[in-house]
Amino acid sequence: MSKLRVGITTLVGILASFSVFADVGIDEKINIAIKPYADAVAGFVFSSFPVAGVQIPFVLVWLIVAATVFTFYFNFINLRALKHGFQLVRGDYHDPKAAGEVTHFQALATALSGTVGLGNIAGVAVAVSLGGPGATFWMILAGFLGMSSKFTECTLGVKYRNELPDGTVSGGPMYYLTKGLAERGVNFARFGKVLAVLFAIFCVGGSFGGGNMFQANQSFAQLVNVTGGEASWMADKGWLYGLIIAALVGMVIIGGIKGIARVTSKIVPFMAVTYVIAGMAIILMNFSQIPSAFGAIFAGAFTAKGISGGVIGVLFQGFKRAAFSNEAGVGSAAIAHSAVQTNRPVTEGFVALYEPFIDTVVVCTITALVIIITGTWDPSVDPSAGVQLTSTAFETAFSWFPWVLTIAVLLFAFSTMISWSYYGLKAWTFLFGENKVTDATYKLLFLFFVVVGSSMQLGAVIDFSDAMIFAMAFPNLLGCYFLLPVVKKELNEYWADYKAGRLVKTRIS
Amino acid sequence: MNSALMVGVDCSECGERAVEYAAELARNSKARLYVAHVIEWSQFSFSTVEENFERHKRREEELMRAHSDVIDPIVSRLKAEGLDVEGLVRHGHVADTLNALAVENGVTNIILGRQGTSTLKAHVFGSAGSRLVQVANCAVTVVP
Repeated sequence: MSKLRVGITTLVGILASFSVFADVGIDEKINIAIKPYADAVAGFVFSSFPVAGVQIPFVLVWLIVAATVFTFYFNFINLRALKHGFQLVRGDYHDPKAAGEVTHFQALATALSGTVGLGNIAGVAVAVSLGGPGATFWMILAGFLGMSSKFTECTLGVKYRNELPDGTVSGGPMYYLTKGLAERGVNFARFGKVLAVLFAIFCVGGSFGGGNMFQANQSFAQLVNVTGGEASWMADKGWLYGLIIAALVGMVIIGGIKGIARVTSKIVPFMAVTYVIAGMAIILMNFSQIPSAFGAIFAGAFTAKGISGGVIGVLFQGFKRAAFSNEAGVGSAAIAHSAVQTNRPVTEGFVALYEPFIDTVVVCTITALVIIITGTWDPSVDPSAGVQLTSTAFETAFSWFPWVLTIAVLLFAFSTMISWSYYGLKAWTFLFGENKVTDATYKLLFLFFVVVGSSMQLGAVIDFSDAMIFAMAFPNLLGCYFLLPVVKKELNEYWADYKAGRLVKTRIS
Repeated sequence: MNSALMVGVDCSECGERAVEYAAELARNSKARLYVAHVIEWSQFSFSTVEENFERHKRREEELMRAHSDVIDPIVSRLKAEGLDVEGLVRHGHVADTLNALAVENGVTNIILGRQGTSTLKAHVFGSAGSRLVQVANCAVTVVP
């Protein structure tokens, strides 16, 4: 109870300190103050080089090359382990004596609720408006390749997790970069430590950016959109929305009112299913247009008429949005997946394959198809429209859908923020140690960025969010390359057992 | 001793008649008696990241509490009466888990107390007892 009181007092404090600025145009002030920094960070991470006259950001090449290398190195694990991954999720190999521990299903569902979110709704809309229907093709391809990255990082996440004396678990790239590389010698140990620290710094940044500001920003945009757009009384009150969301998030992460997070974790999967069903319904209602939509996707992928940057530009948009949506190679999912109960780390890798599959290959594709089929995509549409574009696309079929989407967007945003606040906190405590002061500092900063994110314009927020999330991929994937043999060994041993029928199957059917 | 019996209990006070009945049977047939308690849990539930990381710790606490609050008082009382008794606690769906425990331990008869009132929940979802009758691999005795 005293914890609760401290939490609420702190929140009131934050609210009070913000109200000082609560005059007209505060959104604009925050935007002007933060934008130069956001742009500088984005400029650095997205430093690019020209390919066939198009500027290609190095980080994107980095992600795709790694995903492709992993796919070949593990002999198309993304496709050949899909069936076994499903059996694991279904609980076919669930040990009844471990009942009550975190199951494969739960680890996957939790990780998914952190990834399925605005990237699937707003990000895809941005990709299709900037890159045309063809971007969808590259997005799906990136989704498939990303499955191999996810497999690698989640296997490592479980293998090198820390089981603390109090019974809790702690895992993620910080741990496999330090512990995994340390196994290879003294010099590697030092190198691993550097990578882990870099990762942790970027992860904290990512938790403020894509895991927070982007979510706050886009959910606010949808709320304004559905309440009347520019004319809405909320239109210039981003800061107010930010304060409300910050208060709710604060109640969970500072106030310790876990009930809110628990309820959200149960509603979000149903919202996701609702979204998919609604999308499928729209696609089926226009089934005569499905062939031409796929035609546009394939044609657009290789011809790119009227798209800035030509084919490379289209490819860039598709890959970028896929990477931002499923976070494969970024390392965030390795934190969430590492809580699973298993003594074979590679099993969680198989299960993790489903994350990019569901997120990108299924959900993002549905969004893209709806936008293409309803004809709402239009190169002349303001690219910063983001979630509004998706909302309009769904509205053409169901006039009431923007309201459902608003609720979905708010819940997705909220659950993603809660998940990322936890990832960020893990990284923060890895850097600064675990005590009450560091803990509270991080959480207050997190809440501050909620307000900042809702007050800024989309362009600046998207660039900064992308930059921070993608930066995590540098140390993470570099370390993964060195740890590939470890994963291969685990995989080969397990796969031999699986093929020889040496695994205990508990489900008889 | 060639057979084993099992009695399912919800809490240390409830199902007292089932426990007495099972003890009586065990005494007469010189059978081993398992006292089982199931902590309601599903492998397909949704949870937050933080809950997952603390799950192992919570599970240990839940098992410990089930032993100290539910199983141990009954077990020690019956042991004092000279019976061969063992307590079992596991997470899962009540009926399926009781049956799994019975199969694992070679139990020939599961004894259950009947819930007094037929609540709305029991009508909608079916009670653990009636579900157990459907799935059990051995005899089920329901004590009114």
